[in-house]
Order: sequence, then structure tokens, then C-alpha cells
Amino acid sequence: MAYADQDHGHHEGPDAFIWKYVWSQDHKVIAIQYGCTAIAVGILALVLSWLMRMQIGYPGSLEFVDPTAYYQYVTMHGMIMVIYLLTAFFLGGFGNYLIPLMCGARDMVFPFMNMLSYWFYLASVLILCASYFVPGGPTGAGWTLYPPQSILQGTPGVDWGIILMLASLAVFIIAFTMGGLNYITTVLQARCRGMTLMRMPLTIWAIFTATVLGLLAFPALFVSAVMLMFDRLLDTSFFMPYIVHMGQALDTGGGSPVLFQHLFWFFGHPEVYIVALPAFGLVSDILSTHARKNIFGYRMMVWAIVAIGAISFIVWAHHMYISGMNLYLGYFFATTTLIIAIPTAIKVYNWTITLWNGNIVLNTPMLFAIGFVSTFLIGGLTGLFLGNVAVDIPLSDTYFVIAHFHMVMAIAPVMVVFAAIYHWYPKMTGRMYNETLGKWHFWTTFLGTYLIYFPMHYLGFEGMPRRYYAYEGYEFISESAHSLNEFITVAAIAVGVLQVLFLINMVWSLKAGKEAGPNPWGATTLEWQTPDTPPCHGNWRDELPVVYRWAYDYSVPGEEVDFIPQNQPRSATEQSLSDSGGEGQPQGAPA
Amino acid sequence: MTSLIKTLTSKPWLSGEDDFGAPVDTNAFQLDDSKVGLRVFFAVATSLFLLFIVGYRLRMSYEDWVPLQEPMLLWLNTGFLVAGSIALELSRRAFRSDDMGRARLTFYAGGLCSIAFLVGQLLAWQQLSQAGYLVSSNPASSFFYLLTAVHGLHILGGVGAWAWALPSLQPGGNERRAGLSIDNCALYWHFLLLIWGALFYLLLQS
Amino acid sequence: MALAIVLILMVVGSVIFHFWSPWWFTPLASNWGAMDDTIMITFWVTGFVFIAVNLFIAYCVIKFRHSPDRKAEYEPENHKLEGWLTGLTSLGVFAMLAPGLIVYTDFINVPEDAVIIEAVGHQWQWSYRLPGADGALGKADNRNITFDNPLGIDPDDPWGQDDIVVIGEPAHIQLDQPIKFNLRSKDVLHNFYVPQWRAKMDVVPGLVSYFWLTPTVAGGFEVLCAELCGVGHYNMRSNVVVDGAVDYKRWLAKQITFAESQGKQAPGGDPVARGEKLAKQNGCLACHSLDGSRGVGPTWKGMYGRTETLTDGSTVIAEDAYLAESITDPNAKMVEGYAPVMAAYPLGEEDLAAMIAYFMTLSE
Repeated sequence: MAYADQDHGHHEGPDAFIWKYVWSQDHKVIAIQYGCTAIAVGILALVLSWLMRMQIGYPGSLEFVDPTAYYQYVTMHGMIMVIYLLTAFFLGGFGNYLIPLMCGARDMVFPFMNMLSYWFYLASVLILCASYFVPGGPTGAGWTLYPPQSILQGTPGVDWGIILMLASLAVFIIAFTMGGLNYITTVLQARCRGMTLMRMPLTIWAIFTATVLGLLAFPALFVSAVMLMFDRLLDTSFFMPYIVHMGQALDTGGGSPVLFQHLFWFFGHPEVYIVALPAFGLVSDILSTHARKNIFGYRMMVWAIVAIGAISFIVWAHHMYISGMNLYLGYFFATTTLIIAIPTAIKVYNWTITLWNGNIVLNTPMLFAIGFVSTFLIGGLTGLFLGNVAVDIPLSDTYFVIAHFHMVMAIAPVMVVFAAIYHWYPKMTGRMYNETLGKWHFWTTFLGTYLIYFPMHYLGFEGMPRRYYAYEGYEFISESAHSLNEFITVAAIAVGVLQVLFLINMVWSLKAGKEAGPNPWGATTLEWQTPDTPPCHGNWRDELPVVYRWAYDYSVPGEEVDFIPQNQPRSATEQSLSDSGGEGQPQGAPA
Repeated sequence: MTSLIKTLTSKPWLSGEDDFGAPVDTNAFQLDDSKVGLRVFFAVATSLFLLFIVGYRLRMSYEDWVPLQEPMLLWLNTGFLVAGSIALELSRRAFRSDDMGRARLTFYAGGLCSIAFLVGQLLAWQQLSQAGYLVSSNPASSFFYLLTAVHGLHILGGVGAWAWALPSLQPGGNERRAGLSIDNCALYWHFLLLIWGALFYLLLQS
Repeated sequence: MALAIVLILMVVGSVIFHFWSPWWFTPLASNWGAMDDTIMITFWVTGFVFIAVNLFIAYCVIKFRHSPDRKAEYEPENHKLEGWLTGLTSLGVFAMLAPGLIVYTDFINVPEDAVIIEAVGHQWQWSYRLPGADGALGKADNRNITFDNPLGIDPDDPWGQDDIVVIGEPAHIQLDQPIKFNLRSKDVLHNFYVPQWRAKMDVVPGLVSYFWLTPTVAGGFEVLCAELCGVGHYNMRSNVVVDGAVDYKRWLAKQITFAESQGKQAPGGDPVARGEKLAKQNGCLACHSLDGSRGVGPTWKGMYGRTETLTDGSTVIAEDAYLAESITDPNAKMVEGYAPVMAAYPLGEEDLAAMIAYFMTLSE
């Protein structure tokens, strides 16, 4: 590779800063750009959630939160969190940072396209935010954007908001495709010598599979967005049946709103795993490192990732049990949905068994990682309610659903985002974060989110419908449910505000954190073995690493140190050990 | 496939046959990065067009579907697309046998055929709209404009890559790059021809 | 260590919360008790896993916390354990899925003797159509909708002549009588939801969806919309009254049939009544209250003759010209503090006059 040649010229001259940090083609800088942009737009979405919660807990307390504004918050909060924060953060952020480092590559294979990917992403975020500055404001159609409602009067932002939303999604998908091609090709092509598929850390497996899902599923969103855009701008009737809207007959006919829902959820369900799988991968590596123990059942974990990825394409209509689709489909999708629970459960078991007989260091990343297992457990289990069609019918469109998907898709992945940021912060910056602040951050976030969402399930049992601006005058909603809503609002705002602990920690530790050294956790994977910390552009100075072992050689029997880096050649003792025992388990291993 | 299963069931914590001396080489495909990237993109584009096709088939089954009379011009355009594909294939072969002059000429021809195709598609749109079939007239014509537009944009992207590759084909250009460009363009042209074949068949059927 | 204690407290707290919680299902009022049963099966299976896994983690965190003298065990995998766990999980999944699918089979197979009733959703209101003496509904289509035929009943279909249309008032249904709700929408997606009945279903324009139930408790029930349908979504409410057979027959006898309702609204009829009917049919009241409370749009109570401040700061007296313009071109002069979400209603002169006559009565 002519890496060094390419790189020269950028470092000198007046433009150095620009080339290094703005128009950078270095995967690490792009990763940080992705991460910071995602956090910035995520904060916006967090604030929107407070405004919603204020209206639910204390109706009418904020003058400017009228139904229009409320539904705009609902929509923007959901879309930003799912797409522009979580998807972008896991793949654009962690994917970008970790794939080349963990695979022992110098960079992504198409660095220029990688840079474009970020700029397209930024453009999509700006287009989305622009919808707050156009007449009528952003769309209030809900993040699912179901037609006909999303393109008819009576929904906020029908003039401009919906157009900008669809345009922004299209640009995001282009950005993701450029990034995704990079992630896939880099994993396939640029692994260093010795890095066989089964020696890849689970992070890489998971991000790779999630990217495959994204590349195949995002086109469905693209298709539905383009067709909806046609319906909105060119008066076509892809999704529009004959409608009498507010007393007038519209010039539409023949289309089907259910078709949109099928396309949307054909994307939408894999999307859940596009977010969840990277979280699974990252948390596996973090748990293993800080438990000082190999991840339990590595092969099963890999198979589960692949199985979840594959099955995730045939479960989409469990979001549509009561959508008016053919009711017989319910059998199929309920069955596939509950089947996907099995590999997912296996992953949860394996994380917990990894702790068994470990040597657990409870630092901030580990706390967040265990917090993930606990929160994901709740979210996953409540998924068994909603995936099972007869159980779903009473619960769908209630607060049970809100509690479920926030646990499984918001809180649990965000726990991993934090775990991973704390875990890799020393590598990214060369400095340690502040452990005390980090722990406070964990406790407030973990307990706070639990207080928010656990009781919320019970509001769902009571039948409280979601996406309601106000609940006044409904007899079936008990008086005490309103008090519970006040409590949830207080907890939500407190948890949100306390995230400032995280921001302070990140910024303050940049300058004031102690020097971390190259491998503060004693981790085995390649990114901790770089010659420089933070790694230089090109990651590996003159020579690429060579890998001799899998990523989980922690506490290997008979070794002095409790970890062996992947690029450390096998010793003579190991040689004899594996010649005799075969299983690498001298204490008498099961078959 | 069997080797993949073998890989996925291997136990990585054991010392493999590959270990102590030379670690295995991981580049399984023996292909340039750009070629692998292009193939991954084909998967994405296939997913995209398949979903459009599924949408089309489903929408066709509703009551208000009125079949569209496709302009005959489409046959000519299809001819351009086929010619472009053949030209690039010839270019690829010429480059293999070190006939740079021929490779260059056929490469030009391939790109020009695609441009002709795009112009032809625009004319077909014009004919249709003059015949009174606008985007919103009925679902079949909506789909016609939508599918041809999406396919046309993919062709346009290819023409962009083609134009970008032209300098490397000039005498004194980067020969390795030229070879990759020819290979990738040829493959992309074939792929889009296939997609067009499927779309065209579908449009004629309705 | 703290983590272990917190996890244990969390589990204990969750269990206590569950038993203490005053928030639980609304009292069941239909035959769908089986749905509650499947929820409870799932609840106990998943609850067990929730407790077990959290306690296991807590135990590990205490037992295997870091100590520099210890070394973790090296255990790449354990087929037997993984096999057992997979098997048990599959069993648990089956235990939840099988009853679910059995109940679902009941849900999608409507009994032969079910009476078909239609609920029509439109922004932001529910309307109903019940079979008259012939016991069957006539054909209907959105294309037939007119002012006098707001649900689009086919005027030429003999079965539809005695259908009973209920708009803006509670619909009545008969206790212990299996009922199939056919659901239609005039505009966007809605969802017909009565919490006490458990069953619910989306209402989709362009197709007829359905669900069925047997009401088992008499009385009035709130009907909600459970699918986001625009700014008035949260206010799209209605009532259904479940009557015993005698009360139901009595109520039914008082209703006028579709045929009787046709041509009744001759031009020149009472404009106030016409205005009120227009307001109900067009779902105006989801956003404009009659009692002075603030909704998506300004209240109609006392509106006529009121001085309003507009978004540009100027003021206007809400009288005939302004009100008529606000119906036909609502975004032209917006009252301050409200969002431009209302669609234009191109009412004819006569209808506008009727609306204004109606408004005047609300300011008296």
C-alpha cells in the first residue's frame, strides 16, 4: 500500500488542520465526526422528549406545546433517535473506528467514499433540522410516516416538513450505502494476515452483519420514501386509495396504505437489528475484557448473530398484526418472531455465563455493559408479548409498546453506546475518563431509565393509548395513572439532564484525564496493540500486525499474564497444551 | 459453501494448522477492492430494484390498474443498452490482449451507447406525456416514470464513472487503473442491462 | 458490589411493584378473556426469566468480583449447557406461542351468527351503520358519499335502504350477541379501540377490515382511536352502549333508516340544524370545542362576535365574512397561538350560512 505517500503533504502547510480534522479521510476522524454529529442531533431529540413528557405529565404547563407541536416532537424524536443517532452512531461511529483497527487494516478500503459518507450524513441531518425553519414546521406524521395521513392536511408539516423528511432520509440512505460498502469490503478484503473469520472479535461480526442488513433493508425505506414523495409532489396514487378528506373527494384512488406499511417494515424490522446487533457485538467484547474471561460460546455467538440477521428479514409484519393486512399472515409472523427470540436468548445466556467464574472488574464500561444485559433482558422479554399475535392485539398501540421498544431499542443500545465510549475513550484520546463521574453517570442513567420505563408497562396494561396529546376525560384511565405520568416525567427529565455528567467527563478528560497508555484494560484485540495511542493516520506505522490467535485469550491456564494479545505468537507451552488436550481446557472439559 | 461451513464451525481457540509458522492469508476473493465493492453494490441495487418490482406487482393487483402502451422507442433504447454492454465486453477483452487502441475505442462506444440510451429514454418520456400519460394519470404510468427514472439514474452514475475513467485510458495514463475501470464498467453495464431486461419485461407484461 | 445489591433490589422492587400496582387491565367486558390469559402465561414465563437472569448476574458480580490473586476460568464453550438452555428456551417459547395461536384462530374466525355492524372512521370522529329490519347491511363505498349520505351507502342497493346511520351519537349494540365490526375509513388510518373489549383493529381507507367480539357487560364504553391520524387523534372519541335485548330493540325502533333520511334536508330547512349536522359530519368538534376549552383550534363557544388577535398582530371581529373565509381558506387569517393545520372546506353559500347561523346560537 502506498499509504505513507498519500498521506504526505497534508500534515504540512497552512491547511493541515482542515485536512486532518475536517476534510479527513482517516477512518478514526470520520468516526469521531459521525459520533459528535450524532450526539448533537441526539441532544435535540432528547430535549424534544422532555417537551413531550411535560405535556403528558403536566398537560398544558408549556404554552407552546399545542397538538401540532406535540406531534412534531413525537415524529422528530423518533426518527432522530432511530436513524440519525443510533444507526449513525453504531455503524458510522463505532463501525468506522473499530473495523480497520480490529481487523488490522490501515484504513477503510475506500477512504474518499468514507469521507463522502460522513458529509452526506451531515447533509441529511441539516435537511432534517431545516424542517424546523420552513412554513408549517416539521412533519408530525409519526416516525412511521404512514400515508395517507402523512401527506394530507390535518397532519402538521404537510407542506414542507414531510418533503424535507423524505429527502433527508434519501440522503441518509445514500450516505449509509457509501459507508456500508466500505465496512463490508474492508472486512472482506483488508483483514491482516492471520485474522481468519472465526478469529474476528464479535464486534466485527456484529457490525458486519448489521451492515449487510442495512444494505439490503434500507432500499425498502428508499423505495417507500421515493414513492411517498411521488404521491405527495406529483399526485400519484401508489399508496392513496379513494379518499373523502374533510368533506371533499380527493383525486386519488386505487392505492393501498398497507403496501407502504409492508415496505416500511421490511426496512423497519431489520433496522431494529441494525441497531441491536452492533450493540450485541460491542457488549460481548466489553464484558469479556472486564470479566477477564473469554466470551462464553464464541461460535454460538457468531451463529446467533448470523441467524438473527437472516431471520430478521421475515418477521417484519409483526408490526402490522392489526394493520388490516390478511389476518392469516399473523400465524407465520408470530411463529418467525418467536423463533428469533431463541438465538437472542442464547446471546443473553452467554453474556451472563461469561460472568460466571470470571474475575470481574466493575469499572464504568463494565457497569454499563451489565446494565445493558439487564435492560435488554426486559426489552427482549416484553418483545415476546408483542411478537405473539393474540397477546399483541390488546397491547399494541398502548404504552406497553412504548416501554418495550424504548427498553430494547433505546435504553439498551444507549447503555452500549456509553459502555463503548468509556471503553475506547483511552484509545481514542490517549487519556482516561474520570471514573467517579463515569460511575455516577451509570447509576443515574441505569436506575433512572428503569424508573421511567418499568411502570410504563403497567400504563400499557391499563390500555393507555400511545401518541395522545392529552388524556383528559377518558374514564378508563385511572386518576392515579396521571400521577404516575407526572412521576415518569420527573424521572425522564432528571435522567436527561444528568447526561451532562457524561458530556463534562468527555470534555474535561480530554485535557485533564490521566495518560492512559496503549492498553489500560489489558485487552487482547488489535486496536489496543497499536504502536501509537491514539493511533496515527494509517494505524500501524511500517508494518501491519499479524494475528496468531482468537480475540478472547483471557486468563489462559498456565500463562503469567491474564491476557494474550491477538498478535502475540503462540508459545511452546500452548503448543504442547493444544497438542495434548485439544480443547484447551486442562481441567477436564465437557464434550 | 462447505468451506464456509467448515470455517464457521472451526474452533478458533485451538491452534489451527495455520498457526505457528505462517498465518493464513485472509484475502479470500483474490480480487481488487474496487471489484469486491462493486459486487456488494450490486447486492444493494438488486435489493432496491426487487423491492420496486414487488411494489409494482402488488400495486398491479388492485382494481384501478390500466395497462400502459409502452412507446416502441423503448426497443431501440434497449438496443443501445445491449450495444453498450457488448462494446464494453469487447473493450475488456481487447485490454486483456493488450490491444489498447481497440480497448479505448470500444470503451468510448460503450459510454456513448449509454448516453444514447438516456437520450432515448427522455424522448420516450416526452412521447408518453404528449400522448396524455402523465406521471399521475394512472398507476401504470406512474410506475413507468418512476422505474425508468431510477434505472436512468443508475445509468447516469455509470456514465459518470465512465467519464472519470477516460483520462487513465489515454496514452501515458495509469494502466492498472485503466484495466480496473474497464473491468468494472463492463461489469456494471452488464448488471444494468440485466436490470433493464427485468424491468422492461415487467413493463411490457402489464 | 453495589451493582449486585441494586440488581437484587430491582428484582424485589419489580415484584413488589407488580403486586402493589393499581394500574392493571380495565375490567374485561367481552369474550376475549383468553387474550388476557395468554398475556398472563407470557407474563409468568418472562417474569421468571427476568428474575432468574438478574439474580444470576447479581450472584456472579458478588462471587466473581475482581481479585488480583484469582484467575478467571478459561472456558470457550460448553455444548451440554448451551444445548440445555436452547432446549428449555424453545420449550418456553412454544408454551407461549401455542396458546397464542389457538386464541388467534378464534379471533380470525367469525362465528356464523355474528351480526355485522359497521364503524366508519374519519378525521376525527366515529360513525356507525347498523342493519335495520332485514338484518343485513347494504353495499357502501366512499364514492357515494354526499352531504345527505355521509357514509356512502349505495343508494340503489335494496339491502341498504333500512340501514341505520348513527353520527355524533353513541351506537347501541346488543349484549351477548356476537358482533362483527366491519371497519371503513373515509380518509386516513384509524384504529377502533375499546380498552375493555381487548380486540382492536386498524381502519384503512380503500379496504374493509374487521374484528369480532361478544360484549359480555352492559353499559356505556368509550371508543378511542389507536392509530395516529393527525392533530385531532387524541380527541377522536365516541361511545358504544351495550344494551340488553329489550333495550336494544327499543333503541333500534327509534332510529330513522337510510331511506327515510334521504331528501329530508330540503334546501331552506332549518339552517341551525343543518349547520350542526355539517359540524358533526365533518368532524369539526374534535378540534373546536363547544364548552370553551382549548383544542387544536379555537373554541366555538362565544366565538361569533368575539375579537380575535391574528398572527400578524392585527385584530378582527369574528363575524360572517371572517368566519366564512376561515372555513373556505382557513390559513388566510390565522388566530394567534394556533397552528395552520386545518384543511379548506369549500362549502357552498347555503352551507356557510348554515354554519354561521349555528355559530350564532353558540354565542347566545
